[in-house]
Amino acid sequence: MKTKITLLGQTYQFRDLKEIMAKANEEKSGDQLAGIAAADARERVAAKQILADLTLSDIRNNPLLPPEEDEVSRVIEEGVNEKIYESIKNWSVAELREYILSHDTGSDELKRISRGLTSEMVAAVAKLMSNLDLIQAAKKMENPTHCNITIGQKGVLAGRAQPNHPTDNLQGIKASLYEALSYGIGDAVIGVNPVIDTTDSVKDILLMTKEVMTKWEIPTQNCVLAHVTTQMRAIRQGAPADLIFQSLAGTELGNKAFGINVELLQEADELIRTQGTGTGPNLWYFETGQGSELSAEAHFGIDQVTLESRCYGLARRFNPFIVNTVVGFIGPEYLYDSKQVIRAGLEDHFMGKLQGLPMGVDVCYTNHMKADQNDMDNLAVLLASAGVNYLIGVPMADDCMLNYQSTSYHDIATLRELLGLRPAPAFEKWLEKMGLMENGKLTPHAGDPTIFM
Amino acid sequence: MREEIQLETLLEKVMAELEKKLGREGTSLSKEQATEAVIHAANMHAEDEKTDEPRSLIPSPKWQEGLAELIASTPARIGVWRAGTRPMTKTMLQLRRDHAAAVDAVYGEVSDALLREFDLFTVETRFENTEIYLKRPDLGRIITEQGVKTIKEKCKPKPQVQIVVSDGLSANAIEANLRDVFPALLDSLRSYGLSWGTPFFIKGGRVACMDHIGEILQPEVMVLLIGERPGLVSANSMSAYMCYRPRKGMVESERTVISNIHKGGTPPIEAGAHIGTILSKMLEQKASGVHLII
Repeated sequence: MKTKITLLGQTYQFRDLKEIMAKANEEKSGDQLAGIAAADARERVAAKQILADLTLSDIRNNPLLPPEEDEVSRVIEEGVNEKIYESIKNWSVAELREYILSHDTGSDELKRISRGLTSEMVAAVAKLMSNLDLIQAAKKMENPTHCNITIGQKGVLAGRAQPNHPTDNLQGIKASLYEALSYGIGDAVIGVNPVIDTTDSVKDILLMTKEVMTKWEIPTQNCVLAHVTTQMRAIRQGAPADLIFQSLAGTELGNKAFGINVELLQEADELIRTQGTGTGPNLWYFETGQGSELSAEAHFGIDQVTLESRCYGLARRFNPFIVNTVVGFIGPEYLYDSKQVIRAGLEDHFMGKLQGLPMGVDVCYTNHMKADQNDMDNLAVLLASAGVNYLIGVPMADDCMLNYQSTSYHDIATLRELLGLRPAPAFEKWLEKMGLMENGKLTPHAGDPTIFM
Repeated sequence: MREEIQLETLLEKVMAELEKKLGREGTSLSKEQATEAVIHAANMHAEDEKTDEPRSLIPSPKWQEGLAELIASTPARIGVWRAGTRPMTKTMLQLRRDHAAAVDAVYGEVSDALLREFDLFTVETRFENTEIYLKRPDLGRIITEQGVKTIKEKCKPKPQVQIVVSDGLSANAIEANLRDVFPALLDSLRSYGLSWGTPFFIKGGRVACMDHIGEILQPEVMVLLIGERPGLVSANSMSAYMCYRPRKGMVESERTVISNIHKGGTPPIEAGAHIGTILSKMLEQKASGVHLII
């Protein structure tokens, strides 16, 4: 494996693949915090050039975190289709990029090579792609999924209703949910983040959301984003959950910090299949986000783009209904400003899609980050153009429980109108029945939550 | 237009009031508190005008009273109506205003007066300044050498319960909630017959500074009251992180947290009592985080 290059009159000798992968990243405060980022723009491009010439087999033969030491690596390795891998293993990363972008390569071709790629290869090619490359490549990939309804078709932009409340007050959650529905949001999922991670609280919220769904015959799915063990207890006690949720990290140690491992996920998988209320076959909701492994000191010197890609390698084992990168939530120490958040959002969406996942993005920022609502407007337009499966809908983009800003009900409605996108077909039919939408446009009744009272 | 001018006039009035107060009582109030006061005053003012101006902008809701009920049930920005698919101007500007206030909260400081009131001495982490604090959370997890020395000198070692307070990402959260949480917590500990060590304040702390303190003092259980990153509805939200036998290498899932402690969230007095209950359960079950059954 080549590790040395002369560029602009200077010779760069890299230690190993781990260093090349890290230094080939676009600038991220998280890689700097980990002490693994390129020192300057020259070193960055030197690393990119070396990476471009490495073959896919170079990447597979030099594991960043050996499967013997890490169960996420094992899951990724076990997922590789050897026949497909054999057919592409001599490609350079540059060739992989060009194959992905070629006019002759469509969704089916990408789905096929996807089975022969490891998460590290997917991360490698993302490092060689510009923002527009990431958008165009992602746009080719259609990864529809079905829980109670199908989302993710071409031309569909779904929305998660995220009606959080700072004390889990059921009336308050309901109020925000009505507002969401009145703007045509909630086809991806009615998903509540609870403040209180207890079995009873999770049960109450699942019951309430299910009641609303039943009363108004809403074709969607519900989920409460508590820790997976809490949801499992609630489901075992009879709570109606269509989807089961968990945050993922890209290393075994990172997942330990989340209080999970593959065995537990398998147990939860079994439970949601046999005791869940969703139709399936896709019954999982996963969330990820660059930087969580570093935050848990479980990164092993691997860069945050590669670790994020490994989360998707783990997620795909469970055929999720939706996956969501919460791109700007974790803070400025991982993504410092809007430029870094926008880049990460596009990378994550592409890397997830190439691994066959139904990617959504929580286009968001915290108040200690150098970003504002205008930056989120920009990223939301870019992702909607890239064919993102769904975005997050929060009243006026302000989540009064999680203390961050995301995209609003208004924003999703606007993006649909702007780019000619529609809600999930089954949900749109329901919106028409409710008199909230006609020919893909909101009616004058839209925006009035009291129609659900 | 009219409202903006009123807001400015109000700001001047409140600033003048604050200056008077500052002169008279010698308390130090941050810019953020001033802004908060102004916003509060502005809201009160808006409520004054409520009779001729309904709070919701929805022109003809299906059920007017129902709408008021919905709006009252949550601090979320609902019932806001739209211009096409975009928010109304007023709603949009309110969001920008609150974002401005939240950004300012990150840069506030906890007053010496408050720390004196609860007899909390101060140690620092290696954070140096706010800019570095934001970019280097690792430095906020380690207490300076001087700080370690001070803790060893002043604190009772191996206490049953160790209480620590830190500004974290919002000094205002401590200013706004400590006066209610702290006494309620002590009452609760007393009622469970628990004893506590010497409480203190950490400037520039991150949640995982608990591990370092655990190594130094070796408490049975520990609670860290820390300012959360400020949100728009409240820049004053505090969290209580708790764990059983804090030590180096603890993972996040081993900690139990009560978040959203502020007037509009988990009420501070209630939170204080609840923390005591959780700590006693930790001692009972010898576990915390996902291993604790609540």
